[in-house]
Amino acid sequence: MANKLSIISFSGDFDKLTAVFTLATGAAAVGYEVNLFFTFWGLDAIKKKQGRSFVGGTALTKLFGFFMGGLKAAPVSRLNFWGASASIFRSLMRRNNVATPEELLEAAKALSVNFYACEMAMHILGLTKEDFIPEVKDVLGVASFLKIADGGQTLFI
Amino acid sequence: MATFHLDITKEHCPMTFVKTKIELAKLKTGDILEVLLSEGEPLENVPRTSQEQGYQVTGIEQVEGSTYRVSIQK
Repeated sequence: MANKLSIISFSGDFDKLTAVFTLATGAAAVGYEVNLFFTFWGLDAIKKKQGRSFVGGTALTKLFGFFMGGLKAAPVSRLNFWGASASIFRSLMRRNNVATPEELLEAAKALSVNFYACEMAMHILGLTKEDFIPEVKDVLGVASFLKIADGGQTLFI
Repeated sequence: MATFHLDITKEHCPMTFVKTKIELAKLKTGDILEVLLSEGEPLENVPRTSQEQGYQVTGIEQVEGSTYRVSIQK
């Protein structure tokens, strides 16, 4: 049986999402089965619209959706400088031939990493499966995720 | 049987072995992928992880300085 890595992607921060996708693609490339479970702020990373858009069911959740944004709007967890840091990091990454979160996400898709979204967090934020990239395999709760992650390594980021 | 080429000398972890894996997946059984890579982490891990996944490393040669060519057969 293949090795297995399951990551609970909770943070919507640029740097932490970089860690999620780096570990996920690296593990998938060396033959691991990789499961990514996106919850709460982490859901931003798998939104179809990667910038800022009014996604959500009600006026309030739409406003939240706008401020949370997608992967391209992710803030840096420290020294964010009102959003400027993520652009600086992307430029530094490109200059140093290091993959950006967007490139890592594409690699994760190519390597058939399994994407899952958290049902509870989606419910709070008024999001539906259609708001996410088509690679999202399923919408899960804790029990289903634990079953999928069983027998492998699990990380919370 | 065909030979394909991949240059990952400018790449860093994890894209070194991510790009290798994506290229290997496209090949047919018996095809060879010649990977140009740097010494250190890529040279240590690309041949090892390819072998672990059932590919055959048929050769490792120094091209120049810290650059190596690793031949991997699917």
